[in-house]
Amino acid sequence: MPQVFDIFLLEAVLNGLLLGGLFALLSLGLNLIFGVIDVVWICYAELIMVGMYTIWWLHTQQGLPLPLAFAASIAFVGALGAALHQFVIRPVLAAEPINQLLVTGGVLFLLQALVTVAFGVEFRNLGVRLPGVNAGEMSFSGSRIVAFAVAMVAIAATYFFLNRTYMGTAIRAISQDRAIMPLMGVNASRVYLLTSAIGGALAGLAACLLVLQYDVHPAIGLSFGPLTFLICVLGGLGNLIGGFLAAFVFAQLISVGGFFFQLEWGYVIAFAFFIATMFWRPEGLLSRRKAR
Amino acid sequence: MLTINNLSAGYDGFQACFGVSLEVKAGESVAVIGPNGAGKTTLLRAISKLIPTQGGELLMEGRRYDHLPAHEVTALGIAQVPEGRRLFPRLTVEDNLRMGAFLPSARARFAERLERVYALFPRMKERRAQMAGTLSGGEQQMCAIGRALMSGPKLLLLDEPSAGLAPLVVQSIFEVVKKMSAEGYTVLIVEQNVQQVLRVVDRAYLLETGRIHASGRAAELLADEAVRRAYLGM
Repeated sequence: MPQVFDIFLLEAVLNGLLLGGLFALLSLGLNLIFGVIDVVWICYAELIMVGMYTIWWLHTQQGLPLPLAFAASIAFVGALGAALHQFVIRPVLAAEPINQLLVTGGVLFLLQALVTVAFGVEFRNLGVRLPGVNAGEMSFSGSRIVAFAVAMVAIAATYFFLNRTYMGTAIRAISQDRAIMPLMGVNASRVYLLTSAIGGALAGLAACLLVLQYDVHPAIGLSFGPLTFLICVLGGLGNLIGGFLAAFVFAQLISVGGFFFQLEWGYVIAFAFFIATMFWRPEGLLSRRKAR
Repeated sequence: MLTINNLSAGYDGFQACFGVSLEVKAGESVAVIGPNGAGKTTLLRAISKLIPTQGGELLMEGRRYDHLPAHEVTALGIAQVPEGRRLFPRLTVEDNLRMGAFLPSARARFAERLERVYALFPRMKERRAQMAGTLSGGEQQMCAIGRALMSGPKLLLLDEPSAGLAPLVVQSIFEVVKKMSAEGYTVLIVEQNVQQVLRVVDRAYLLETGRIHASGRAAELLADEAVRRAYLGM
C-alpha cells in the first residue's frame, strides 16, 4: 500500500472531485423528476445513451460539427423527456409506484432494443480526444476537467432557475401541493411537461460529456444508470442538495478507494457503503424534510 | 361582479350544492354562512373551478366562465384563500407570495404588491425568509390571504378563514377582512363563525344542505330571530 499524503493520493482526491461533478449532473435530472413528479425514470441512463448515439451519428455519420451535435443532443433528449412524460408517465400518474417503475423499466429495454436495431451492438467511438493536463507528477484527463466544469455550470444554472424564477418556484411548489396550483393560475400539466423536458435536456447534456470519455453501445446505460439511481437514493431521493453531496461522497469512495486498493475495489467499497447507509439512514443522508 | 345561477356541484357520485344562485356586486363583501356540511366549501371550490360544475352558470363581470379550466379562472381576477390555508410549507413566505403573483400580468407588479401585502401584514415582512410551514396558524392565514392578494384579484374568496385559530387570532383575521373591504376589495367569504362574520360583511346568504335558505343584509340577519336561534345559540 502506498504511503499516505503522497502526491498520488492528492491526484486520486482531485480525480474523485472531477468524477463527483459528473455524477452530480447525472443524478440532478433523475432527482428533479422524482422530486417534482414523484416518478422514478428508471430509464434515465438510456435517455443519456440516446443522446450519445445522437451525437455520434450526427458528428461521425452526418459530418455535423461537434457543437451542433451537442446542441442537438440536448434538444432531442429534452423533447424525448417531454414525450416520455406525455405518452408514458401521464397515463400512469395515478397508478401504484411499482407500475410506474415497471413502465419506465419497459422504456429502458425499448430504447436499448431500438438503438440496437438502428446501430447494432458495436461500440461506437466519437474519435475526439481532448489533451490531458499535467500538474507536477499528477495528470488529469482533459475530458474529465471539461465535464466537471460544464456540470458545475449546468447545476448552478438549474439551481438559479429553480430558486430565482417564477416557473422554478412553481416547480418547487408543485411537489408540495399539486391540487392547489390552479389557484395560483398555474397549469400543473404544463409544469410537469416542462420539468420532464428539463430532466431530458440534462440527460442530453450528460450525453455530451460522457461521449467524450466513453464508447457508446446499447447497454452502456447499465454501467452508470444504477450508479445514478443509488446516488439519488443515498442523498435522499428527490432532495437535490442531498443528491449533489452524495455524488461527491460516492465519487471519492470510488476514486480514493481505488487508489488504496485497486480500481475495481473502489466500486466495491462505494456500493458496500451504500448498503450500510441504507441500514443506518434508510431515508438517505439528507432525507427530505417533512414540515407538515 | 360574480353571478351564480342555479349552480349544482359536488364530487364523484355525490352532490353537495343544489341550484344555488347568488350575486356579489363590485365593492361588496358577502358571506355564505351555514353549518358544517352545508356545501359551503364545495360552492367556493366550484366557483374557482377546482371541481367541475354539474349544472347552472358561473359569470364573472357578465362573462360566462364555467367552461374554463381552473388555472384560467385566476386570470379572470378571482383569487381564493382555500380551506386549511394550503401554503407551500417548504417554501419561504416570500416564495409563497411569489407563487400568488405567478400570472404574467401579476409578475410585472410583484414589487409594488409585495409592499402592499407587507403593509397589511407587517409580520409577514419580518418572516419573509422563513419556511411557511413553521409559521403559527394565524400567520399562515395572513400569508395565505397575502398570497391571494398578490394576483391583484377583483374578487377575493375566503374559505373558513377562522377555522382552527385561537379566538384572539380569529378576531384579528376578521379585522383584516373588514380592512380589505374598506380598501375596496370585493370579498366572498364562507364561514361557520356566524356571529363574527356578520359583523364585518355587508350581506349574507344562508346555505343549508346545499340550498340557499335565506339572504339579506348582515345587520338584518344578525337581528333575525330564526337565525339567532339556529346559528348564534340565542
